[in-house]
Amino acid sequence: MSVNLTLLAVMGALYACGIYLLLERSLTRVLLGLMLLANATNLLLLATGGYAGLAPLYAKDTPAQDYNDPLPQALILTSIVISFAVTAFMLGIIYRTWVLARQDEIQDDVEDLRVAETPSFDAEDDAEIPMETSEFPLTMLGSNGRSVSDHGPVAYQGTAEGIPASGGTVTAGAREIAATDAAAEEKPGSRNVNPGPEGGVK
Amino acid sequence: MNIASFAPLAVVLPILGAALTFVLIRHSRAQRTVSIALLSLTLGLECLLLASVWEGGTAAVNVGGWLPPWGIVMVVDQFSSLMLVVSSAVSLAVLVYATGQGMADGDQDAPVSIFHPTYLILVAGVSNAFLSGDLFNLYVGFEILLTASYVLMTLGGTGPRIRAGVTYVVVSVVSSVLFLISIAMVYGATGTVNMADLAIKLADLDEGTRTLLHVMLLVAFGIKAAVFPLSFWLPDSYPTAPAPVTAVFAGLLTKVGVYAMVRTETLLFPGDSLNTPLMVAALLTMVVGILGALAQSDIKRLLSFTLVSHIGYMVFGLAMSSAAGLGAAVFYVAHHITIQTSLFLVTGLIERRGGSSSVDRLAGLAKLSPLLALLFFVPAMNLAGIPPFSGFLGKVGLMQAGIELGTPLAYTLVIGGVLTSLLTLLAVARVWNRAFWREPSDADHPDAVLLAPRETSDTGRRGGRNNVTLLPRTMVGSTLGLVLLGVSLTVFAGPLFKVSDQAAQDMLDRSSYIQAVLGEETSVPLILTSGGGK
Repeated sequence: MSVNLTLLAVMGALYACGIYLLLERSLTRVLLGLMLLANATNLLLLATGGYAGLAPLYAKDTPAQDYNDPLPQALILTSIVISFAVTAFMLGIIYRTWVLARQDEIQDDVEDLRVAETPSFDAEDDAEIPMETSEFPLTMLGSNGRSVSDHGPVAYQGTAEGIPASGGTVTAGAREIAATDAAAEEKPGSRNVNPGPEGGVK
Repeated sequence: MNIASFAPLAVVLPILGAALTFVLIRHSRAQRTVSIALLSLTLGLECLLLASVWEGGTAAVNVGGWLPPWGIVMVVDQFSSLMLVVSSAVSLAVLVYATGQGMADGDQDAPVSIFHPTYLILVAGVSNAFLSGDLFNLYVGFEILLTASYVLMTLGGTGPRIRAGVTYVVVSVVSSVLFLISIAMVYGATGTVNMADLAIKLADLDEGTRTLLHVMLLVAFGIKAAVFPLSFWLPDSYPTAPAPVTAVFAGLLTKVGVYAMVRTETLLFPGDSLNTPLMVAALLTMVVGILGALAQSDIKRLLSFTLVSHIGYMVFGLAMSSAAGLGAAVFYVAHHITIQTSLFLVTGLIERRGGSSSVDRLAGLAKLSPLLALLFFVPAMNLAGIPPFSGFLGKVGLMQAGIELGTPLAYTLVIGGVLTSLLTLLAVARVWNRAFWREPSDADHPDAVLLAPRETSDTGRRGGRNNVTLLPRTMVGSTLGLVLLGVSLTVFAGPLFKVSDQAAQDMLDRSSYIQAVLGEETSVPLILTSGGGK
């Protein structure tokens, strides 16, 4: 198979410009880049057909190798139609972006940014004494009679906004208890509650 | 006259339906009837195709009477007919769901009249891709489904959808250009685009050219299938589309990419030349995808990440290029199409009932609508691979194949697969705990609909009036149907595994495919392996 060097050079230039434009943030340039890429690919398809020959219309006394290869041209036609449709659609989208945002640039994903900014600390999962979500008081008695969630005087040290570094409160049933007291609750000798006969709060 | 010669109807019927619904664009009731009827007809035909292929083996249809390798062929083998049946069943369920949503919302949110023709074109594109027996027709099938998906993705033209649509369109077009470049190179190297013919001619090429073509095709399909590191577009673009659209995209589009990868690996480039890079890609897809899912609070985004992650399982099965691995991968594809689609449909229902799809804002849904909780719980556990569901069976099949292979990399992948499964469980359990179990007062800015007092109804329904208005019967019914289909994959896992193992055997053997296309007396070249094979 032999190829046309000029066509190949043009193809290379089209690919280079297309890729450069594709990497821009402006949508119109991205579209131009895609169009260049599609056309460069059409040239590549054409190159696979080899040198130009006779039109592939059957004539009795022409030897087979004198004809042009028709298949790549059929493929190119299909690909032109497809890229035409996609270009029209892209133009519609770009216009719509302009109407909505008055900007010809790719917008950031709001949710993505939000997730990226979310601190790794999650009040519900990661608080040392979790925010109590059940109706039951939060401490358990360990086997040695001490509370399992005994973390010392400072109940939890949140870093995220909205979670106090100390002195937070915890809702147990209908009552609000300071987190430090909640941690101490149910321990023998606890200063704010008297354990009931079944271990619950009276 | 064999039933398999009606295979092109699987593409023609949806296109006919698209034309009819386009004519009926002002009559939404007629539109619904036509599209559902034609899609059911297609599904029935495809079930017959599966049965006929199961009895009579691979069949090829020469479209337009041109003989292969010159004309376009459509090939029905066990893998493609199984994919056709599963994809049509899923798209039918999603269509019913979408019509239910359209009726409930009175078409305000999206112009549903344009939805029906576009949706049927999408189904036609998917069927064409599954059936096509030559590379260029595969490209055309991809383009049909992609162009339809561009329209569906930006339905309604709201700000977020346009933003997501731009990314999606650009990435898809780039992957299509890459695919077209690979086709041009394949044609330049071999002078044919017929896949059966290529299977013979590619073996004669020298090693370097063959590897180049192989890698080009895999990269093009890898973008469509969302294999890491080519997967970043997916979680960015899927979640903003309407719920039924996201559901059908998640179920079908990436799987078409996986299907194309399977064909490339088994038919065009058999052997194990690129197995190591594929396995590494599979491991990274699984682990990176699921770690992304854990960071999300929006259920749709979380599910998109699990979608990426579970593509890794399929690539893993494919990369082993053993009958056991490939069979498990085929099973896993069928399982995952059903499960992932039903999860996205349920998320649509959650969004309607709870007013948001963010787990931070949802709470107490299990009490408000126990049926919704059940609909979420079953496919979620299935996705995470909890026994006895089909997700567990598929994963066990993959692990067994991996251990059978016994290389250190395969063991790493088995460990990675188990880890991913556990992390998937963690991700869906977090959704469950927050959206379904906690009290509504614990949510951040819960929607008013969550806090509304439960009306013990005048209609005698337990869920109260909100459940009736917010969860229309057609939407719940179609979701329930799909969830039941997912459960039936578990019940009928034995026969299904038999079909998928047989499909895998056929694909690895190649002779039935090649001889169905090119005639009985074609000799099939031996498979080249770089050692380690039998």
